[in-house]
Amino acid sequence: MTTTSDRPKASTPATSGKMSVRDRWNSLPRPQQWLLLIPVVVLIYALPVLNPPLLTTEPGTNFPLALFDAARFALIAIGLNVVVGQAGLLDLGYVGFFAIGSYVAALLTSPDSVLWHIPYLWTLPLAMVVTMFFGLVLGGPTLRLRGDYLAIVTLGFGEIVRLLATIVGPLKGQVGFQGVGSPPGTNSEGDPIFTTSNGTAWYWLVVTITIAILFLVGNLERSRVGRAWVAIREDEDAAEIMGVATIRFKLWAFVIGAAIGGLSGALFAGQVGFVNNQKFDVPTSVLFLAAVVLGGSGNKVGVVLGAFVVSYIPNRFVELAAYKYLIFGVALIILMMFRPQGLLGARQRLLAYGRQAYMRLVGRPEQVSADSSLRGEGEKAG
Amino acid sequence: MPVAHEGRVPVISTILLAQGHDLLAQGPDWIKFDVAAFLGQFWSDTIDGLTYGAIYALVAMGYTMVYGVLQLINFAHSEVFIVGAYAVFFTLSALGFGTSAPNLSTAALVGDLVLAMLVAMLVSGLVAVLLERVAYRPLRRRNAPRLAFLITAIGASFAIQYAIFAWRGPNPEPAIIMFRPEPVFDIGGVIITSQQLVIFVAAIVLMIVTDQFVNRTRLGRGLRAVAQDPDTATLMGVNKERVIVLTFLIGGILAGAAALFYMMRVPAGAQFNGGFILGIKAFAAAVLGGIGNIRGALLGGLLLGVIGNYGATLFGNGQWIDVVAFVVLVAILMIRPTGILGESLGRARV
Repeated sequence: MTTTSDRPKASTPATSGKMSVRDRWNSLPRPQQWLLLIPVVVLIYALPVLNPPLLTTEPGTNFPLALFDAARFALIAIGLNVVVGQAGLLDLGYVGFFAIGSYVAALLTSPDSVLWHIPYLWTLPLAMVVTMFFGLVLGGPTLRLRGDYLAIVTLGFGEIVRLLATIVGPLKGQVGFQGVGSPPGTNSEGDPIFTTSNGTAWYWLVVTITIAILFLVGNLERSRVGRAWVAIREDEDAAEIMGVATIRFKLWAFVIGAAIGGLSGALFAGQVGFVNNQKFDVPTSVLFLAAVVLGGSGNKVGVVLGAFVVSYIPNRFVELAAYKYLIFGVALIILMMFRPQGLLGARQRLLAYGRQAYMRLVGRPEQVSADSSLRGEGEKAG
Repeated sequence: MPVAHEGRVPVISTILLAQGHDLLAQGPDWIKFDVAAFLGQFWSDTIDGLTYGAIYALVAMGYTMVYGVLQLINFAHSEVFIVGAYAVFFTLSALGFGTSAPNLSTAALVGDLVLAMLVAMLVSGLVAVLLERVAYRPLRRRNAPRLAFLITAIGASFAIQYAIFAWRGPNPEPAIIMFRPEPVFDIGGVIITSQQLVIFVAAIVLMIVTDQFVNRTRLGRGLRAVAQDPDTATLMGVNKERVIVLTFLIGGILAGAAALFYMMRVPAGAQFNGGFILGIKAFAAAVLGGIGNIRGALLGGLLLGVIGNYGATLFGNGQWIDVVAFVVLVAILMIRPTGILGESLGRARV
């Protein structure tokens, strides 16, 4: 899993003065990046214990639970970012995969389910496998088509999953499944650690998983697969001509995104302990999309930030919670107009690779502004 | 582990086995394959399906024309439609309609309904044009990529939906009964009610008028020209921006008309998210007929209405309609992505 060959070369002193924070960060060797990240990660882990006064969501919402919510959104946003941000495929039914993951966990651990039961932690990989299968089934036929058809098909898919959860008898509709399993473990008094009210434990679990997924997705991005995704996102026809197997790589992005959605669904089911058909409507899907677009699609740190904003604001300002769909709907329109790259835009990786090559040859950086996937095409045309 | 040995049996049957024998013996009650009911209700399903299909077709026109001209899926079109439904609700409420059919002479009733339709057309048309102005035009100015348009469209859809939600709350408005459906024709036991007749005929007439407008008038020619080749059309003196506004306006007007018929068929249809599923189905209808093709939208709408009804009867539950419509959409995209009549608004020439 080493990606040393793709990693940017160590910083060039001649230009470091002009470099932006991001360029400077990207030019650091990986061990140094990790070293700098350690305090940040420690702080993230410590958050529910610190419960900082201004940041806290109490008394409105239990702070560790709000943090769990944010971490769950971050995981979802990272998964959706692979589909929307990396490969440029608009998936409006992401909640469908999330729902399937939840139902996998519920069906295999809840006492209300008549299926055979397995330990909760086993449902996490299983949920990923099952959602990958559904991603394949949905993506297989539709990814061959124009990109905008995918949007409406996925939108329909999200709604159909919810409808099937209502109609199909064994999925129990609104009655749902009580007592979904949780990871094992007891504290010193013998009480289970992972209870529905103990947000801290769940938060730590999800943060750990999120960091692992970030690491994996980051490696994928820097690999051949990631470059193929960016090529498809920037110009599918050109990518095809250059020999990128576009359909296969699009399917990969779709399936990997689906798997992460399923994983987060299973985690959500475990924390809430209850799964029914009420939590998987399409507005939730659009909220996920808002997290990705708001933070900056194609930028991992950006989408995590976006996920935090989208989940934190309704928890922190409870009076706004009822209007969250309105707020984020309007936010999407305004963002597309004034800052289509989101809070933290993705830099055009392809250009970045080109720039490195240029720098190696010429010895000075090319003057190209960092830009986003949502802007690139337009700049070209305009 | 009761089914541990079932290595090669497909997943679904393993689930059924685990459900116990009673399910296998009588079949689950949530899905049937009721051929007898299907045959028995064939004609009434067909007629009702055509009624619904006419409504889908009217809404599908908005999707198909915008797509034909801008290659944009206007997700917010379902909200343009539902705003029209609210306009119908408020107009008819103001005119004294309520939860029971009013006692009016036919002329007065027709007058009221036409008034409600005109108000709905006006409101929906305005919302559609406003949407174009506020959300899409700035993006066109910036030459934004298609992904940005799609995200804006879905954002606009939700902004309108939840603005209505903030204003009117989650529940549907009280039912508005316009008139009591009376049987008009009885063909060998198959009854066609006045309601079905009114919806079907009025919708078809509106679609024919639109089709003729696009195919025969000067403005319509400009519209087709822009759909065919925006740059050349601009060079030939067609005002592209005006054509785009016109496209949104026509789509909105037809959605407003569809809202009246929808409220006729579904009296308590005015709900903040009531347009959403209908929008997906209307889009599916547009794709089925061939997106960008006006006659295709009509054909696709009628077909989808009928197929959905057949599916609901066959599977024994009205909720299957949406599932069937979605499966039809995916199947069409797989087998014949250009739809039955083929794509392109610009192809037909005069």
